[in-house]
Amino acid sequence: MVTIYERKQPQERKLGLSRRELLKRGGAGALLIISGSAVISPEHAWGLETSALKPETMATLIQVARDIYPHDQVPDKYYAIAVKGHDETAAKDPAHKELIEKGIADLDKKAGEGGYRGLGWEEQRVALLKEIEKTPFFQAVRGGLVVSLYNQKEVWPIFGYEGESYSKGGYIARGFNDIEWL
Amino acid sequence: MAAQFDLKNDGVVVIIGSGAGGGTLGNELAQKGIDVVILEAGARHEYEDFVNDEWDSFAQLAWKDKRATSGDWRVAKDFPNLPAWIVKSVGGSTTHWAGASLRFQEHEFKTLSTYGKVKGANLVDWPVTLAEMEPYYAKAEAKMGVTGTNNWPRLPGNNNFKVLKAGADKLGYKECHTGNMAINSVERDDRNSCQQTGFCFQGCKWAAKWSTLYTEIPKGEATGHLEVRPNSMVIKINHDASGKVTGVVYADKDGKLQEQKARIVAVAGNSIESPRLLLNSESSKFPHGLANSSGQVGKNYMRHTTGSVYAIFDKPVHMYRGTTMAGIIRDEARHDPSRGFVGGYEMETLSLGLPFMAAFLNPGGWGRSFTTALDHYDHMAGLWIVGEDMPREENRITLHKDEKDEHGMPIADVHFDDHANDTAMRDHAYKQGQALYAAVGATRTFPTPPYPSTHNLGTNRMSEKPADGVVNKHGQAHDIKNLFVSDGSQFTTGGAENPTLTIVSLAIRQADYIAAQMSAKSI
Ligand SMILES: Cc1cc2nc3c(=O)[nH]c(=O)nc-3n(C[C@H](O)[C@H](O)[C@H](O)COP(=O)(O)OP(=O)(O)OC[C@H]3O[C@@H](n4cnc5c(N)ncnc54)[C@H](O)[C@@H]3O)c2cc1C
Ligand code: SF4
Repeated sequence: MVTIYERKQPQERKLGLSRRELLKRGGAGALLIISGSAVISPEHAWGLETSALKPETMATLIQVARDIYPHDQVPDKYYAIAVKGHDETAAKDPAHKELIEKGIADLDKKAGEGGYRGLGWEEQRVALLKEIEKTPFFQAVRGGLVVSLYNQKEVWPIFGYEGESYSKGGYIARGFNDIEWL
Repeated sequence: MAAQFDLKNDGVVVIIGSGAGGGTLGNELAQKGIDVVILEAGARHEYEDFVNDEWDSFAQLAWKDKRATSGDWRVAKDFPNLPAWIVKSVGGSTTHWAGASLRFQEHEFKTLSTYGKVKGANLVDWPVTLAEMEPYYAKAEAKMGVTGTNNWPRLPGNNNFKVLKAGADKLGYKECHTGNMAINSVERDDRNSCQQTGFCFQGCKWAAKWSTLYTEIPKGEATGHLEVRPNSMVIKINHDASGKVTGVVYADKDGKLQEQKARIVAVAGNSIESPRLLLNSESSKFPHGLANSSGQVGKNYMRHTTGSVYAIFDKPVHMYRGTTMAGIIRDEARHDPSRGFVGGYEMETLSLGLPFMAAFLNPGGWGRSFTTALDHYDHMAGLWIVGEDMPREENRITLHKDEKDEHGMPIADVHFDDHANDTAMRDHAYKQGQALYAAVGATRTFPTPPYPSTHNLGTNRMSEKPADGVVNKHGQAHDIKNLFVSDGSQFTTGGAENPTLTIVSLAIRQADYIAAQMSAKSI
């Protein structure tokens, strides 16, 4: 099972890591760190535990997800939630586990020393993704994301989508025709 | 009280499907005192059960049983097992539909005479004229509460409409309004008026939008002459030695096969399932499937020439608020070959929520070019193109050679290649749509490819001559007197207009014909 958990206290203190160490351990982006079987975002106080996939793989998968559908205003947490299904599937299906582990390993290899997450510019990472765009690995990751990322109700407000409206009486009194700039 | 009929009752009319065609026909016959059993593959969800959530609603209502695709249309690549976005539920696709209700134009019933022979197209004239259809169109509009008819006011324009209208004015289009919608603009028929909820595609929780689910079906049931049997998937139509149909075999809610006897069978499963069922009902007497002496069953599959144009502005629009499709420009619907194609198209407002926008804006697309579009979702406006496409024999529904569904029935294979006329029309419409939004200050526009088909037509078409089609001008099979087709698969050609008003009008007309034939004892 993958669990995404919100942490009450900053992970730095719990792990006994200094901020400097965290930055070191987090790799180039310094956004996500790996601890035991978990991917942790010290900045934003959430973590994700993996059961089948290596936590490093998960961390890279989260970066891949962001590079496929980059929305700078959407925090990593939602990308993590969007890809955690791959860990669940991998736990049940060895073929899927291999697809993901191999796919990520291949990206890391292509990236050279420092791996995929070590590439500093989105353009560099996207260039690698372009190379593998036709592969079943990429298709599986991208295809799943379309629903798992954009169907999270929590991200809708970031895009200005208001979702369900029946319980609020529709928009008849809430701006269905409020456009003013025409 | 809803009736309940015995499986052995061979006096009933059995209708397959409870959507626009089947639901309407069922009520019309019941009102005349004729006993009807509607067999519906889907479950019954009442309008209170609908959900304001795109994927959840899709899971609740859509036809998700596997279908296969082939051909050069992009849907085959992006959605290989979802050629069509239609419904499996009591009420059929009238639960999902947007309500746009337009009459065909006169020449659209006479395409071969008007357009002449078009290479690679299988055009024939309808065996019906607009003049013959007019009284039935009027009845359908009255039944469905179509705005802009019968003195019902049009709906108020929402934000998306206002952008469309401003663009239409800039381009000099003359006929632009909030449409003829089968949506209550005022309370009527014991139903609410539209509350501008913006989830028309997900089933109207206010029941303001016409659907057979909460209009025709309960009205028919109230006569005591109509039974709707949900979770009943028909897999075969039986016939006797003389070639008359005698009943249907269906899988009931537990997957058990049952036979319902019938005096008359009317097929209304929408244009993929109806031919699939006729083809699957082959026998030694009818080795190519029922009603198929012409070989036309499953052929001439049409899906309208469609596409969307979305545009981003520097200021907010909130297109998703309010009625999804209440906005239309009709100026391009005329037949004017100087544009480089025959037939015409409508432009109608359209909005998708964020989840569907992500899935349909540019299927397969990724990277910043894609995501920066979604970043401005609340600054977007959108329109849908719906135009006449050419019937082609090669565009057809066949039974899949290997794959079968849970009942052992071969799944449908949907083949579609665009005709050059379709492509020319779509390109023209993309240009006009993009110019329209540019004229109001769009900073970026998106010529968006067709979605899985919502309008599925033509696969059991009407024809004057039995050699050209499957049914006559009343939807009665040329080959079998007591077999009818009652859905959009009867369409000889598609017109530029959304099809449902025509489907409903044909069903009302067919009910008159069936009743007359029954009392004359000719069927
Ligand atoms: C999102 C969306 C928006 C739309 N908007 C519009 C619009 O604005 N205007 C317009 O004119 N049209 C619109 N349409 C199209 C419209 O819904 C259809 O044209 C119309 O409902 C088709 O009617 P029908 O009777 O042919 O089939 P349907 O309404 O699809 O009904 C067919 C029924 O038959 C059942 N069935 C199929 N096979 C079997 C079987 N073997 N046994 C038992 N039951 C079976 C199905 O489950 C289904 O319930 C829209 C469609 C969609 C999906
Ligand atoms: S906008 Fe109107 S018609 Fe559409 S779902 Fe809401 S109330 Fe129904």
